[in-house]
Amino acid sequence: MTAVVPSPELTEPVEPPPSARKPKRNWTPWVLLAPGLLWLVVFFLVPIFTSVSASVQTGDYDDGFKLTWHWANYSQALTDYGVQYLHSGIYSVLCTVFCLALGYPVAYFIAFKGGKYKSLLMALVIVPSFTSFLIRTIAWKTILADNGPVVQFLNDAHVLKLTSALGWTVGNHVLASPAAVVCGMVYNFLPFTILPLYTSLEKIDPRLHEAGHDLYCSPFTTWRRVTLPLSMPGVIGGTLLTFIPAIGDYINAQLLGNPNTGVVGQKIEDLFLRNTQGYPVGSAISVVMMVGTLVLVMSYIRKAGTEDLI
Amino acid sequence: MSSNDVLGRTEGGDLRLAGLTKRYGSFTAVDDLDLTVPQGSFFALLGASGCGKTTTLRMVSGLEEPTAGRIFLGDQDVTDRKPYRRPVNTVFQNYALFPHLDIYENVAFGLRRRGVKDVKKPVTDMLDLVELGHLAKRKPGQLSGGQQQRIALARALINQPQVLLLDEPLGALDLKLRRQMQIELKRIQLEVGLTFVHVTHDQEEAMTMADTIAVMNAGRIEQMGSPAELYENPSTTFVANFLGQSNLLTGTVEGVDGDVVTVTAHGQRLTLDAARCPVRSGAVILGVRPEKVHLARTGAEIPAGHNRLTGGTVVDTSFIGVSTQYLVTLATGEEVSVFEQNTGREIQRPGTEVVVHWDPSQGFGLEGGQDIEAGAADIEEDAA
Repeated sequence: MTAVVPSPELTEPVEPPPSARKPKRNWTPWVLLAPGLLWLVVFFLVPIFTSVSASVQTGDYDDGFKLTWHWANYSQALTDYGVQYLHSGIYSVLCTVFCLALGYPVAYFIAFKGGKYKSLLMALVIVPSFTSFLIRTIAWKTILADNGPVVQFLNDAHVLKLTSALGWTVGNHVLASPAAVVCGMVYNFLPFTILPLYTSLEKIDPRLHEAGHDLYCSPFTTWRRVTLPLSMPGVIGGTLLTFIPAIGDYINAQLLGNPNTGVVGQKIEDLFLRNTQGYPVGSAISVVMMVGTLVLVMSYIRKAGTEDLI
Repeated sequence: MSSNDVLGRTEGGDLRLAGLTKRYGSFTAVDDLDLTVPQGSFFALLGASGCGKTTTLRMVSGLEEPTAGRIFLGDQDVTDRKPYRRPVNTVFQNYALFPHLDIYENVAFGLRRRGVKDVKKPVTDMLDLVELGHLAKRKPGQLSGGQQQRIALARALINQPQVLLLDEPLGALDLKLRRQMQIELKRIQLEVGLTFVHVTHDQEEAMTMADTIAVMNAGRIEQMGSPAELYENPSTTFVANFLGQSNLLTGTVEGVDGDVVTVTAHGQRLTLDAARCPVRSGAVILGVRPEKVHLARTGAEIPAGHNRLTGGTVVDTSFIGVSTQYLVTLATGEEVSVFEQNTGREIQRPGTEVVVHWDPSQGFGLEGGQDIEAGAADIEEDAA
């Protein structure tokens, strides 16, 4: 028995062990990342650090602020602004719910029935955002004006009596009420709900609907069992993109609300711009909001069980 | 009618299409189709893309509404029933498995929607039938094409539909797997005994599996019958060319003598079995399959009584192993293909002068005046 055929292992080209290879550092990814990292350091890490540090300082605008580890700022931030936290929470949750209820059918329609007009319809959803946020919000003052058709109709239909009794509107006005604030927020944040919803609905193969119909699902059951579960990433993405800016928003409350609709953002603005000693408490509230939002969002994502988003 | 269940399934229900028509604007996809598929049969709708076969299937499943005509299952008219109220299930071309559900839930889907409480046993049995029980907890995306295909089949079959519709279910598989699945599908069909309606453009697939094939062309059925019937006695040039290959020669009937029809084609006298020739006078198209034609060098001995076409020259020789395929050009310019079994015969090189000959009982006749290229181009299109 002579070995004529060399064993197959020997004929295989031998890969050099990793340590023997010439060490070659590839800088390209770092160079590409540099602008983004720099941006994050300057406009994210540094401001967070200054905010957190300011939240435990004392002093005033003229004499300067000193780091005194004054934790009492936090007890003040947590106890004195309960109503504003509550308002921010309620308005942003309502805004998110209404945006989802209004946005889902729109996104569904565009994704599945839009045909060749899909892009045009999506453009129509986004186009209003080309106008300034402030202008769009102020426009709602006209829409909800006392002599405008909306309020006239609601008055004639005696709807405002009911809503005012519930505290959503005030007397026979809609402006300067919680309802107006929520309306403005829903209008302003709706595209943020529709975009991710559309993206995830559009990815769903319409043949899955046919498979649903074929397997004894009525149109509603098909939506409930097939479309909705498959669009959950869009639902979660859309609600987060709406909720996060909404909870920090104060422009709508300021322009469309009244003194009783104060939200946290307004208080932070007051403390920073109209109070010479307000920096520390203002910063403390900001930190509380940030941490609070983070905790809410994380538990929401965990509950909804979408790993794709994290 | 005591055997009706929730979905209106009946015993002994043939699928019957009556005058079924589908128009899209001015385009007629399915043209006044009449068809009966007997219960328990494996029926294939065969045709090139765009011939209306898939549209027909979608009308049966309810996913498409017919412009006119009725669809009956047994004695019930289901034309106006929503797809989710028909005792019919589909295996979709690209499977359309639900990506968010695991294999088990995909298969259980139909049962759950119908409110069946105990799905464990049927689902397990069905997964065993398609031999994929071990993948129950996987998601569709983690399965290979062949496995997804079998799950799609299981998901439809578990509902024991009165008719199972298969829309080119093997189209996305590679050749080897397709062969394997063809045998598998036939086995399952025999095992469960349900009516299968299979749509395909692959004639070999249709012939392998189906009891009955309907060849569709331009929204109409060209011919229907068993694979052997269609192959041996095509009734149109389209069927002759679409199902396998045919040598078609235009000629004129000279006379009928008992069981023999005499034809002149390209100046040569040929004969045909009267039983296989619908034409008794005038123009005729004479057809013969390439594997039934033999080659002989000019001057060599030819069995007595054989039809012969003389003056041929071999222009192409392809040795395939199991057979050798020749292309012979006749003096008149006609081309004849010849498949010779590899039985140790001499291989004729291009340029050789030959006579092609065949047993007259192997030829078939078709109505004259048809396009002898019909159906042949479609095959090339599919191959491209």
